[in-house]
Amino acid sequence: MLEINKDNYETEVAQSAMPVVVDFWGPQCGPCLALMPEVEKLAAELDGKVKVCKVNIADGNRRLCINLKVMSVPTFLFVKGGEILDRLSGEEVNIEAIKAKANALL
Amino acid sequence: MEERELVIIGGGPSGMTAAIYGKRAGLDVVLLEKSSTGGQILITSEVENWPGEKMISGPDLGNKFREHAEHLGCEIRKATVTGLEPGEGRHVIRTNVGDISAKAVIISTGAAFRRVGCKGEAELTGAGVSYCAVCDGSFYVDEEVAVIGGGNTAVEEACYLTKFASKVYVVHRRDKFRADRMACARAANNPKIVPVWDSVVESINGDELVEGITVKNVKTNELTDIPLAGVFVFVGTVPVLGWLDDKLLDRAEGGWIKTGTRMQTSIPGIFAAGDVRDTPLRQVVTAAGDGAMAAMSAEHWITTGDITKAF
Repeated sequence: MLEINKDNYETEVAQSAMPVVVDFWGPQCGPCLALMPEVEKLAAELDGKVKVCKVNIADGNRRLCINLKVMSVPTFLFVKGGEILDRLSGEEVNIEAIKAKANALL
Repeated sequence: MEERELVIIGGGPSGMTAAIYGKRAGLDVVLLEKSSTGGQILITSEVENWPGEKMISGPDLGNKFREHAEHLGCEIRKATVTGLEPGEGRHVIRTNVGDISAKAVIISTGAAFRRVGCKGEAELTGAGVSYCAVCDGSFYVDEEVAVIGGGNTAVEEACYLTKFASKVYVVHRRDKFRADRMACARAANNPKIVPVWDSVVESINGDELVEGITVKNVKTNELTDIPLAGVFVFVGTVPVLGWLDDKLLDRAEGGWIKTGTRMQTSIPGIFAAGDVRDTPLRQVVTAAGDGAMAAMSAEHWITTGDITKAF
């Protein structure tokens, strides 16, 4: 899965021709780590249709997160044409909900 | 319909311990988990009272439990249970991926955090309101935050948050914490922790992100605004039983499942273990103990139809 940071967010997410799902995670976040294998599987499934990528919040990306109003992990943003159309965070996050919102971008 | 000996509902410490004991007792066991195994320790920063581990992160301990159960050949299935129908000798567990008929059932669905229920809480969840310090603490480097609550979880997680935040207010409705002495002493000696006694949160304020809270002193009714960037809520827990018919099993106040000392519920063959049951102490170690007892009771029930004798 493509790693997003403050330097490539603009080109890889905001200006992406393909719809994008961004997974915000942290190395200390139990629910994020538990979910990651399923998200990677989903990324492979949607390959060529939806770009599924991830942001490590602990990797110098705090400012990027705050600018995107992401203050909690796991959070998923659903982006199309540079616009954040939908988001999932906290207890709403599960693979079925992510899949449904990703498919809604198509 | 799929037939199994023992079905365990919920993969936290009690469920996974029940799986370990069930497998070692020779039972055919399946453990059902709706999201990820681990339970509440998945969102616990540091566990310091699981014997043998002076300090371990909650997720790491949860992984160890799962590896142990899997090492014994326990099947862990991702399934959301939608109902339980008791029967003579066998009970039916309804799930989103098919129904299972079981000779014995252990309910170990645990507890979930309680919400404050104040204005702004739901609207700002994920935007400054959090229920997981270890997940979200790093967003608040050199920021001021508040913890709501005064029990062990609240005080321990407040101490953890001082690794990041410049100041941690702890808003508690009484004039002293309910946490154990060690946690209270640690908080008292931490200059970054500022208790806000006798106070409840009236509202969490902010437009798109949390900007502050309004607290009310319960003795004077005085309202005070505190500007801050994050709010962590630890005001107790509620049982995770939305999937179960309210009237099926005897419940205590708060909805917790009543059990006997062998973890039996009011229906023979159905057991409850861990935080979901009516118990005065909800810890990883007590949950694990419950899981062991419930699995042995289930084994006795399946093989002899009697759980009153010594194991």
